[in-house]
Amino acid sequence: MISTLYALLFYVATFLLVAGVSQKIWIYWRTPSPLKVVVTPAPTTNTGVVLRMAREVVLFESLFKSNKWIWVFGWMFHFGLLLVLIRHLRYFTNPVWWWVSLLQTVGIYAGFAMFLGLTGLLIRRIVVNRVRYISAPSDYLMLLLLMAIGFSGLMMRFVLPTDIVAVKTFFLGLLRFNLQPLPMDLPVLVHLGLVVVLMIIFPISKLLHVPGLFFSPSRTQADNAREKRHVGAAPAGR
Amino acid sequence: MVELAIDNKISRTSIDDPTALPCMTPDAMVGSKPFLAAPDHNTKLGFPGELVDDWKEKAIARMGYLAETNKAFKVYLDTCVKCGACTDKCHYYMGSGDPKNMPVARQDLLRSVYRRYFTFAGKYFPKLVGAVDLTREVLDDWYSYYHQCSQCRRCSVFCPYGIDTAEISMAARDIMDHIGVGQKYCNEIIGKVMDVGNNLGLNAKALKATMEDLEEDLEDETGLEIRIPVDEHGADILLITPSADFFAEPHIDGLMGYAKVFHAAGASWTVSSYASEAANFGMFIGSEENTAVLCNRIRKAAEDLGVKRIIFGECGHAWRVAYNFLNTLAGPFDFLDQNYPIPQHILEYTWDLIERDQLTFDKSKNDEYRVTFHDSCNVSRASRMGDKPGGQFDIPRNVLKAVCNNYYDMPDETIREKTLCCGGGGGLLTDDLMDIRKKGSSPRMHALQQVERDFGVTHMVAICAICKTQFAKMMPEFGFDREAILSAHQLVSNAIVLEGQIDEDDDDDEDMEPEMNGASATGDGS
Ligand code: HEM
Ligand code: SF4
Ligand code: SF4
Ligand code: SF4
Repeated sequence: MISTLYALLFYVATFLLVAGVSQKIWIYWRTPSPLKVVVTPAPTTNTGVVLRMAREVVLFESLFKSNKWIWVFGWMFHFGLLLVLIRHLRYFTNPVWWWVSLLQTVGIYAGFAMFLGLTGLLIRRIVVNRVRYISAPSDYLMLLLLMAIGFSGLMMRFVLPTDIVAVKTFFLGLLRFNLQPLPMDLPVLVHLGLVVVLMIIFPISKLLHVPGLFFSPSRTQADNAREKRHVGAAPAGR
Repeated sequence: MVELAIDNKISRTSIDDPTALPCMTPDAMVGSKPFLAAPDHNTKLGFPGELVDDWKEKAIARMGYLAETNKAFKVYLDTCVKCGACTDKCHYYMGSGDPKNMPVARQDLLRSVYRRYFTFAGKYFPKLVGAVDLTREVLDDWYSYYHQCSQCRRCSVFCPYGIDTAEISMAARDIMDHIGVGQKYCNEIIGKVMDVGNNLGLNAKALKATMEDLEEDLEDETGLEIRIPVDEHGADILLITPSADFFAEPHIDGLMGYAKVFHAAGASWTVSSYASEAANFGMFIGSEENTAVLCNRIRKAAEDLGVKRIIFGECGHAWRVAYNFLNTLAGPFDFLDQNYPIPQHILEYTWDLIERDQLTFDKSKNDEYRVTFHDSCNVSRASRMGDKPGGQFDIPRNVLKAVCNNYYDMPDETIREKTLCCGGGGGLLTDDLMDIRKKGSSPRMHALQQVERDFGVTHMVAICAICKTQFAKMMPEFGFDREAILSAHQLVSNAIVLEGQIDEDDDDDEDMEPEMNGASATGDGS
């Protein structure tokens, strides 16, 4: 009964996540940039732009220039998250890809790094008056949600171990539309339930920074207005 | 905890730390509002004269329209994660402590309304995500705080997604214009350019007379016939320069500098009375239509005069429009000589001549000045000079170092891409905004005081008409002489040695001592 509910939730959440994010990407893609608004100094070629964006995505370059505290915590959180996500691939692949198995041990530490980073970000949000001023309830809740996911995950691993094989069977079953039972342990249910929530709110929250980053004209345009005429669709009003 | 809070700075911008932050003081600047535009100023630009009855619906509709037609606006509204990285980067926040002058908070004045009407979360859970209805109070806040942003883009440099508050400010002003809430200073000036050709309302006759006077001054000074041609058909180069260059100090000394450089290069050039304004205030109010109208005056002047090249004089926002928008809004310029950049900056032109050894200078002529350089925001963060990224920082410095012996930079976090605004850009250069102008200029002025103290700097050079005017006003407020602000080409003009020129002041060079302002100057010039 609960297993069926979770299976259903995962299907719905996956659909909403994929459909929602695709729709946003489509909108961002389609919306014209009437003018050249790149922030300079900027690369003059498209290759340069790709490198600039790569540095932003991998190193958070601008954030580093801006504020070392946010950078440290933000980077810990995001790269922890990345490794954790990669580690989770083992629940969806059979046999597990070799490079995923390679990252298993690091993945554990990554979980702690992620949690620590999130804690740092939350503390900052509370104690730095400027950041507190700009925070809405959703900004705190987003961090708490991610912390709760991380916490319940770490609980499963270290305090109340669950039947991992059964969990994997459940997810492989989902992929093959062949329903399998979930272990009825509280940490698993909490962990997976919160992940469903995260997936559903992804396309309607500030998590849109993930696609948004790749469509930010001040960063993605090349600085070549004189060399190459920029033709953005003119406003229809004219 | 304490460590994490360490950047709750409360020291206030000062000589030692020009970018320090004051105590946060909510609503400190809520009363700062520019004068409203008169109805005919608005209608002239295609906007309703006064606040329309159904302003809420109209404003929301315009917001939706912008979100559909401007990627930057749409993406910036969606993408911000409220990380806070930009919160300490705006000179108006540093100067005023009003939290609504923190870039993200400034954006949020509009974002919270956008969320309410255009996003799922804002429609159904407004409290949760900080979405608010559009009310008269919100509109008042928009009018206050979107006129406390000089659209300098400093915040954008530091944002992990490059979110540019200038873009949001422009959109907000555009929305306000569309419901009949225009700003007097900008809208009146745009109208003047449409009628007469420049911000000052200087007509062709007056312009010619002024330029003839200047030619006489130049002849008195050098004994040479140095021309400043107006409306000369068939000239090679059309010079588009801010109209302040025609009459204000120190701008006018810059104009004489351009004339001398053109003279030395043997160039044939002209200014146009039809397009006698480089500045384009259409950008300040975020109106692409009005920006395009002004851009196309320049195109028309170039076609009518039959020139081969367009060169822009020293002007910050003008150069942004020229460099980035002109080609889009008034191009393609296939009738011009494609061997030169279209358009070119006067400093690119001068630096090119210097590099090719075409100009001779007597640097000692500038020994009375110990100078530093104010990177104008819009040149720094919204344009380029030369063909390498960052040329906009190096070329002006190279030119300055070629014409004077004593050059010093201000602290790193206040120059180049991190440059601090003069405080008067983006349509704020009006007396009704004097308080915020002064507060906004304080970080830059403290940086200047620092190099005055440390290196004995006496003068600051700027390459933007707005910056120059603003600094001329601010200098006395911070203990400097009103004339401590210079044009770059003013120093070029002082040092350039023209063939056949008479030299009146050969012998009084030695007794020129650097004029110090206040604090003792111990810099050794190395
Ligand atoms: C392409 C991948 C991503 C990039 C480049 C990226 C980048 C960033 C950056 C630069 C920040 C601001 C600094 C910070 O607070 O950490 C940020 C914040 C944030 N990111 Fe990401 N991110 C990515 C993916 C994700 C994903 C997949 C999630 C969650 C599922 C996420 C959740 C968050 C959250 C919650 C914040 C706000 C932190 C706070 O409240 O202080 N990000 N991201
Ligand atoms: S730095 Fe960018 S993402 Fe962070 S709060 Fe400011 S605008 Fe938002
Ligand atoms: S663009 Fe400049 S003035 Fe406007 S919010 Fe950003 S830093 Fe402040
Ligand atoms: S007036 Fe000058 S300093 Fe001020 S915003 Fe414009 S370019 Fe920047």
